[in-house]
Amino acid sequence: MTKTKEPRIIPTEGYTLHLVETEKYKTTTISIQIKRKIEEENVTKRSLLAQVLKSGTKSYPSSLHIHRLLEDMYGAGFVTSIAKKGDYQIITIRMDVSNEKFLLDNTQLLEQSLDFLAEVLLYPLNDGTKFDESNVKKEKRVLKQKIQSIYDDKMRFANKRLVEEMFKGQSYAQHAFGKEEEVESITAEELFDYYKDVIEKDEIDIYIIGDINGEEVGRKVQSSLRLNERINTDEAPVQEVTARHQENVVFDEQDVKQGKLHIGYRTSITFADPEYYAIQVFNGIFGGFSHSKLFLNVREKASLAYYAVSRIESHVGALFVMSGIEFKNYEKAVSIIKEQMDHMKSGDITDSELSQTKEMIRNQLLESVDNPNSWVDLLYHSRVAGIRRSIDEWIEGIQAVTMEDIRNVADTVTLDTIYFLKGEGQK
Amino acid sequence: MNESYYDQLKETLYSETLDNGLHVYILPKEGFNKTYATFTTKYGSVDNHFTPLGSDKPVKVPDGIAHFLEHKLFEKEDGDVFQDFSKQGASANAFTSFTRTAYLFSSTSNVKENLKTLIDFVQAPYFTEKTVEKEKGIIGQEIEMYDDNPDWRVYFGVIENMFHRHPVKIDIAGTISSIAKISKDSLYTCYETFYHPSNMLLFVVGNVVPEEIISLVKENQSGKEFTPPEKIERFFEEEPPEVAKKKSVIKMTVQTPKCMVGFKQATPKRFGDERLKYELGMNLLLDYLFGQSSENYEELYTEGLIDQSFSFDYTEETEFGFSLIGGETSDPDRLTDRIFEMIEATKSKGIDTEAIDRLKKKKMGSFLRSMNSPEYIANQFTRFQFGDMNLFKVVEMYDKITTEDLQNILNDHFKEKAFTSCQIRPKNS
Repeated sequence: MTKTKEPRIIPTEGYTLHLVETEKYKTTTISIQIKRKIEEENVTKRSLLAQVLKSGTKSYPSSLHIHRLLEDMYGAGFVTSIAKKGDYQIITIRMDVSNEKFLLDNTQLLEQSLDFLAEVLLYPLNDGTKFDESNVKKEKRVLKQKIQSIYDDKMRFANKRLVEEMFKGQSYAQHAFGKEEEVESITAEELFDYYKDVIEKDEIDIYIIGDINGEEVGRKVQSSLRLNERINTDEAPVQEVTARHQENVVFDEQDVKQGKLHIGYRTSITFADPEYYAIQVFNGIFGGFSHSKLFLNVREKASLAYYAVSRIESHVGALFVMSGIEFKNYEKAVSIIKEQMDHMKSGDITDSELSQTKEMIRNQLLESVDNPNSWVDLLYHSRVAGIRRSIDEWIEGIQAVTMEDIRNVADTVTLDTIYFLKGEGQK
Repeated sequence: MNESYYDQLKETLYSETLDNGLHVYILPKEGFNKTYATFTTKYGSVDNHFTPLGSDKPVKVPDGIAHFLEHKLFEKEDGDVFQDFSKQGASANAFTSFTRTAYLFSSTSNVKENLKTLIDFVQAPYFTEKTVEKEKGIIGQEIEMYDDNPDWRVYFGVIENMFHRHPVKIDIAGTISSIAKISKDSLYTCYETFYHPSNMLLFVVGNVVPEEIISLVKENQSGKEFTPPEKIERFFEEEPPEVAKKKSVIKMTVQTPKCMVGFKQATPKRFGDERLKYELGMNLLLDYLFGQSSENYEELYTEGLIDQSFSFDYTEETEFGFSLIGGETSDPDRLTDRIFEMIEATKSKGIDTEAIDRLKKKKMGSFLRSMNSPEYIANQFTRFQFGDMNLFKVVEMYDKITTEDLQNILNDHFKEKAFTSCQIRPKNS
């Protein structure tokens, strides 16, 4: 097997650069990750900041100006987003631009992109005390709509509700987008103050992947983006998880056609642990793929659902099951899912389930590095967890998982919350 | 085997049509771990009225049968094919659109075994009454999942408004009552007619050696018997150029209303370069009218009528076509009117060539970016090929489009009688 390239890491004042030189893409991707512990009082502000940062800069004061620039740069992609990884709320600013060698003229696209991103970060449109009022106003409306749209997508809504119930009282219960009712009262001044704090204190990582000359690009970034040294970066907080003595069952009612059954399990294992490989394989056998126990038993055998899947939330030690079913099949579906979990726990797993699952995870990992965005995501997972785990190491770790390892991690998995979104007036 | 080199993209495409009529395309991608392959039949949800192979009497089949057939092909006498793929480290999937059904896998190892599995499972149907019945529960849940999805509902709602008779207005998966009518025999009838190799295209993209792939496919195909290729007769009723309905409102359990407006294509009869030019021209034009760098977008955004979910798209296939514009909005009626006004205003103002040049650059860059994606390449190449177009000529064609072409498309497509709007509104409003 050919080795997967690992990034060259260059610590710089105020941020860390990660450079991957590869010829396989026709584009160069730049991704800036800005990380801070979830602060309940600032969740909505941070989410709004991610919106406002893309709405105007000193030289490109509105999104119209920005988009005209991007078009001139051969349709460069530019997005900002907000997400949670474990107990962190992370702003991502990402660009991807065509590699100049495929273009007919001599535009210096990469250099232009780096300058533009530095401007987005350092010179968002402001008057010294506050962000531009009209941009903030527009983005507030958009953010409110974005939060509302979670409710409109019942799968996302059920996920959000499960997380709220399961992590009640913990920072992870917060949705990365923030709270709708808090959006309106945020002022342009307040937001600007928060921004200054972010630029001063947050841990920033910059990833650049493409057919680049690392030395040159590194120097270029260092000259266009100057930040102050971070004083103390916050360490990954470990939240104590206490297992419930009794499962928590929550029902919501809405006028919908299909019930959404979402079940949350706890495990003490997170991304940084050596047992992470085993819990990943565990999840794969249980519900990660179309050869998994959930797919075969809930869908293929019982014909109850179109989808029945599970996934692990790597940084918080949780495993979520998701399925869409008829309301009347609730009991049946819950009992089949529990039964499958019992099989997992009692080690009722065939050699072929184990080997198929390992093959599939290996395949997923290798496929991820074919796409620049998912590659950055993989790399950043390790960063957030505060470890170094190369792709090759990861694949080897998965291959080495034994039945014994799976039995051991199975002991850490406990049922926490069953959430069911059902129709109005349905039993 | 034919070999075409595309200089600007620095890509070489290999192709061959086999004796049984199967079209095979291979695009090697150096440095990639993964290989992605699609095996697609030119058969989708709209093909519900046709003359079965070996018969001379046209038949009508139940709504949703193409999609049902897609599900059922995965099941074999000795279990389901997903198991075989996952043993070989591949993830497999399939999808059905209006005009195509595609089966696919991606894998980073055992590529040849996986390719054989793909071709063999698609070419060996196994339908029984029992397995057909079992699938009705699963697809029933798939249908209900889409029923609760406002984006899907507004998309289909506006298409339904446009068409009087054309089956494009019928949901791809059908309805719970239409799939109840599907039997093993009707599945075989569709299968025999539309899954002949001459109606199919195999695309392999990734870390592969073309010669090895083509000889594998040839050997595989020469071991199987097929009837000689025949032209498939499909029937579509005459469809008037006007829309069937000007407006519809669907109430759902949502917080934000949605609005999608559409213009029906009056003359969806183009093929080859003519369709390519029209389609790309339409993409440019929609971007010019409502893209993020347009004044219209800026105005609608400032007026609070649109957000990031705002999008637009043009679809043209044989016998039907439409443009769609819309997204989440606080005021669906107002958005509908504003979109129409803005298009009318552009008709009288004319098109700014400078903006078009900038948009052409953008399209070129986006196209280049999409060449990173094996999924995009295989799926889009197949779609283009089924309409006699060549995906790799997109950049060249953009260059040829003039402002005058765009003005013509603008006047030709965006007519009042072809215009309709569908809205999703919160239930308790």
